[in-house]
Amino acid sequence: MSAVRAVRSRRRVRPGAVVQWVVIAAMFVLLAGPLVWQLSLALKGMGDDLYAKPPQLIPTDPTLSNFGDVLARVPVPRYVLNSLVVAFFVVLGNVIGATAAGYALARLRFRGRGLATAIFLIAMLVPVETVIVSQFLLVRSIALQDTLLGVALPTMVAALNILLLRNAFANIPDELEEAAVLDGANAWQRFLRVCVPQVKGVITVVAIFAFVGSWNDFLWPLLVLSSDDNYTLTVGLNRLRGTFYDDPRLIAAGTIVALVPIIVFFSFLQRYFFRGLESGGLKG
Amino acid sequence: MTTAVVPHDRPVRSRPEPSRSGRGAASRTHSRWFVPWLFLVPALAVVGVFIVLPFLNTLAIAFTDSTMLVPGQFVGLENFGRLLDDPRFVTALVNSSLYVVVVVPVMVLLPLVLASLVTGQSRIMGFFRTAFYLPVVMSAVIVGLIWTNLLGKQGLVNELLQWLNVVSAPLPFLTDRWLLLFSAMFVTVWMGLGYYMVIYLAALANIDDSLYDAAAMDGAGAVRKFLHVTLPGVRSTMLLIGLLSSIAAFRVFGEVYVLTNGTGGVGGRNLTMTMLIQREGTGLQAQTGYAGAISLVMFVLLGGLIAVQLWLQRKQADR
Repeated sequence: MSAVRAVRSRRRVRPGAVVQWVVIAAMFVLLAGPLVWQLSLALKGMGDDLYAKPPQLIPTDPTLSNFGDVLARVPVPRYVLNSLVVAFFVVLGNVIGATAAGYALARLRFRGRGLATAIFLIAMLVPVETVIVSQFLLVRSIALQDTLLGVALPTMVAALNILLLRNAFANIPDELEEAAVLDGANAWQRFLRVCVPQVKGVITVVAIFAFVGSWNDFLWPLLVLSSDDNYTLTVGLNRLRGTFYDDPRLIAAGTIVALVPIIVFFSFLQRYFFRGLESGGLKG
Repeated sequence: MTTAVVPHDRPVRSRPEPSRSGRGAASRTHSRWFVPWLFLVPALAVVGVFIVLPFLNTLAIAFTDSTMLVPGQFVGLENFGRLLDDPRFVTALVNSSLYVVVVVPVMVLLPLVLASLVTGQSRIMGFFRTAFYLPVVMSAVIVGLIWTNLLGKQGLVNELLQWLNVVSAPLPFLTDRWLLLFSAMFVTVWMGLGYYMVIYLAALANIDDSLYDAAAMDGAGAVRKFLHVTLPGVRSTMLLIGLLSSIAAFRVFGEVYVLTNGTGGVGGRNLTMTMLIQREGTGLQAQTGYAGAISLVMFVLLGGLIAVQLWLQRKQADR
């Protein structure tokens, strides 16, 4: 063992460690740099030369007025509210629908279970882009185009989440439910009182990823929504480029405003993001 | 939304062992056959109506000349014949395929290097892991806007390059046919690195530490440890990430849409498959039948990608 330690501690001072930190630092600059630059741009005032050489990171004429200008010309709070409404439907739908379905597939025995599982498996593999035009025709035919419900509906129960929860429920030891059966509990009671508490962690992960997925979705709301009042944040922000093409400060201020909620959300719940990815997660 | 199931390198029980009581505890008490279906109703309704039904409808309209306003007539394979003569379709197919060819190798290797650099329990590594993951939770629209600002004619990148005398005139990152495509690929990598890094971190945690110790005893340096211990240990994860990232790359939409301001580049030369579907399939002029045919081709090509990857996985498992 001591030989191993000696080798390890000698490694610390070898050039390898220097290379490691240089690469980490370079990656950090590459990933964080663009965000820092946006913040800097957003804070630059009229007195700043945006195109100074060399580029200036610290504003010489700092101001918050860019944020005010963006909010005055683009109804960002309205978009945020719309996105929250859609996300609320999607999270609620997935938590209820996927949990219930996952329970039935994992712990109830019935004719047709294999078929139901197969349907969800196949549905999980269908890329949404390839059905999106038909989805739009469908939503239009039930007069839900340009509504927030129309945006939320197709993702309200995602097949992947059903299968994740099915696996989670399947890992609960049989003894737990058998005890409840002996106490005379019916399927509904066993579901709510015995099994759901056992998979709370997975339900949390599903809820968080459903939220992020819905919050960041762009293609579908872009198709469904046509009036400015109903735009979700991504569709509304897309307008920033056209509206403020001439002023990068305003685009920057808009992106900062849009980033704050998701960064706060991520910082508070980051352990779930990593746990989710490790236990079979999904990307927003 | 890209979705993915991340496997463990350890086998995970996906189904409980059949219990000794025969058919399991659950079967004895619910006497009514419809009880399980009550649990399944919301899920089956949403998945059935919004995934299965649209898929069947796509299958049907792809063989018609239907438009947004008029349900069309059956025209056989006409739409598919038209595809081959449509320069935009060829462009989109080339762009999306190039996306796969360029982005996937980067996504398989770079996050692995990154992950092996930031493993460990220390607080500082935890900080870097979080920082590297952050772009993943941002929407493609916001990331696209950030990079539009950075890559513009007078954006930071061009200003820096000119200040350092690398170039004398600004590079047309957002207007040139190829530069724009590569810029979008770069943005895709920028956004996705952290996601695949976390998948690799989980795989790295499963590699037995004693293997590294043994390699160290044999005098292996960091590079040889990486080649002889890390790489073999994450091979199945590499295949998985190859699969996930190739599907994601072929479906690319948001980054290219925002970087081209929704136009698909000058003359539509930067359209991707998804952008083409979006353009053909929406609006009052939309030719939904034709868009359905494009969708079907995309479905088959993505299915092909999955098949190739699964075949590789099986081949590797046989070894």
